[in-house]
Amino acid sequence: MPVREVLLKGTDDRDLTKLAQYQAIGGYAGVPKARAMTSDDLIAELQAANLRGRGGAGFPMGRKASLIDRSSPKPKYLVVNADESEPGAFKDRQVMALAPHRLIEGCLIAAHAIECRDVYIFIRGEYLTEYEILQAAVDEARAANLFGDVDITVHRGAGAYICGEETALLDALEGKRGQPRPRPPFPPVQGLYDAPTQINNVCTIATVPTIMELGAAEFAKIGVESSPGTAIFSISGNIARPGNYELELGTPMRELIYDLAGGVADGRELKCVIPGGSSVPALSPDEIDVPLDYDSLGKIGTFFGAASLIIVDDRCCIVQLALRSTKFYMHESCGKCTPCREGTRWMVQLLEKIEAGEAELSDLDLLDNVGSRILGRSLCALGDFAVYPVHSYLTKWRSEFVAHVEQGCCPYGGESSLEGIVSPLDAHRHHPGLEILA
Amino acid sequence: MTGVGSTEPAGSGGADMRGAGAGNGLYEAIQAERAKYPEGSRSATLHALRLAQEEHGWLSPDALREVADALEVTPAYCKAVATFYDMYHLAPVGTHLVEVCTNLSCALAGAQRVVDAFASELGVAPGETTGDGEVTFRTVECLGGCGYATVVAVDHRYRQFVGPDDVPAIVEELRAGS
Ligand SMILES: Cc1cc2nc3c(=O)[nH]c(=O)nc-3n(C[C@H](O)[C@H](O)[C@H](O)COP(=O)(O)O)c2cc1C
Ligand code: SF4
Ligand code: FES
Repeated sequence: MPVREVLLKGTDDRDLTKLAQYQAIGGYAGVPKARAMTSDDLIAELQAANLRGRGGAGFPMGRKASLIDRSSPKPKYLVVNADESEPGAFKDRQVMALAPHRLIEGCLIAAHAIECRDVYIFIRGEYLTEYEILQAAVDEARAANLFGDVDITVHRGAGAYICGEETALLDALEGKRGQPRPRPPFPPVQGLYDAPTQINNVCTIATVPTIMELGAAEFAKIGVESSPGTAIFSISGNIARPGNYELELGTPMRELIYDLAGGVADGRELKCVIPGGSSVPALSPDEIDVPLDYDSLGKIGTFFGAASLIIVDDRCCIVQLALRSTKFYMHESCGKCTPCREGTRWMVQLLEKIEAGEAELSDLDLLDNVGSRILGRSLCALGDFAVYPVHSYLTKWRSEFVAHVEQGCCPYGGESSLEGIVSPLDAHRHHPGLEILA
Repeated sequence: MTGVGSTEPAGSGGADMRGAGAGNGLYEAIQAERAKYPEGSRSATLHALRLAQEEHGWLSPDALREVADALEVTPAYCKAVATFYDMYHLAPVGTHLVEVCTNLSCALAGAQRVVDAFASELGVAPGETTGDGEVTFRTVECLGGCGYATVVAVDHRYRQFVGPDDVPAIVEELRAGS
């Protein structure tokens, strides 16, 4: 079974939040190794490892580093994205809680590659315990003189999903409302404080020490050729053994769901899998024989995303699932661009109408039509994230939407697992325009 | 160091979050945060607002003015930033904060029953504060603990695998601790 520990290695036997324990298993050996190399050579090594970003888009980390303009007179920055707010994802949190020094070691190595002295780790504000653990580890490593001329600042967010989007994160880090920036310019050219900036997910950076330890060539043999390495897969929802599973990329999804995580809870039937966090197209039960890697998931029309599988059983009304999901994206829309700000609200209104049994068949097409006008027309991918799953529900489970229309009510008759679920939507608005909805 | 965190051991639920020290202490604490960032940047804004909220309980107009003075920006700028983020309170809240996640994974695992249990135990609806000003209760989006559903943040500390039966004890603990 392709269970393989890279990110969580050693966490079962030792308290790796302690510097001495981490050093006892070879921790921080990668830093002098990296510092003995020129930046060019180190970037070449990272490129050879072909480590793809674990934050969602899968862009190769080494190539990103090569885009940093190191000749710029401005400082260069490394920013770690620890905002982890995608529904279904809880992997970065585990790395920070159990192996914070691995992340810190990765920061020091990556900083050397891009000739950076100031590293910022942006951690979501809700992660208080993890912040304390990480801050203590940073302080311990600094006190042990491991930093050299680099420093690491842990920056806490204050509650906004959109701050996981890298340019919104930069604005939040600059002390502003966390709203995405138009691109270009891209962060490697003009990022934090308008200087060249490398931004990577926690798991991406925490994998870097292993590349130094094994060498790029050995590292690239883990997993599949197009996506080397391991990922921590978060699995939740109606699953017998929810939790985090670190696996080689390319592990069959069926194996994770049934062999490792024990299958659907309570002996129920599988209805759908949302494979990358709630923002990606869902898969039906006949689509789960797919290897868990970027390209394989891409080939069947979904995304690797945040490596987070949400398992949904047959008790769930698909319209309610779509509605709850869309309410989240509406709540989290930053309001900066019209297609997303207005479109997510229209989607919620249409889904409420369908769920209430008050819609006509033409409303199903209208819902898809609204989605198609958000997709690709928004300033950042949040707009797309609202649409992708809904489009998949509407396509693959269309008969359930039709049943709502034809029966004039929810066919689950109040028995759906999501029946009556309340959302925070009405309690807080990111922008005043939303008041109209109430 | 001034963060919320340093005062409270993991897992303890009941402590009051106001603790950064009075008046001048807030100003000094904000200057310490500013020193971590390049001169002239506003990067300390989120920290400053958090510190002020810990001291005042919420971001009252006075609190926003204090932050503005310490950061050398306008109160309007502070308010513009504060209104964007879910963790800032622009109206008074209870001594304790109970936040139940109702996003997909928690919802599929029965979060609504936990919401209902808190509502009946506290006697208030989500978004409201108990009459004695002790507990503010609200629903929140995914807290990043989906595999341990239902996740409830009690004064910012996560309780995991919370079911409706656990709710009376949590409420009892809050009432006893305050
Ligand atoms: C709405 C939105 C939310 C995002 N949230 C996160 C997040 O919480 N964590 C993360 O690492 N990346 C998130 N991303 C992706 C980042 O923008 C960025 O691609 C990523 O941090 C790059 O790191 P990587 O190359 O190591 O994956 C989000 C993107 C969008 C559009
Ligand atoms: S797509 Fe949504 S979240 Fe992104 S910039 Fe536009 S309004 Fe903001
Ligand atoms: S869905 Fe509740 S913690 Fe993620």
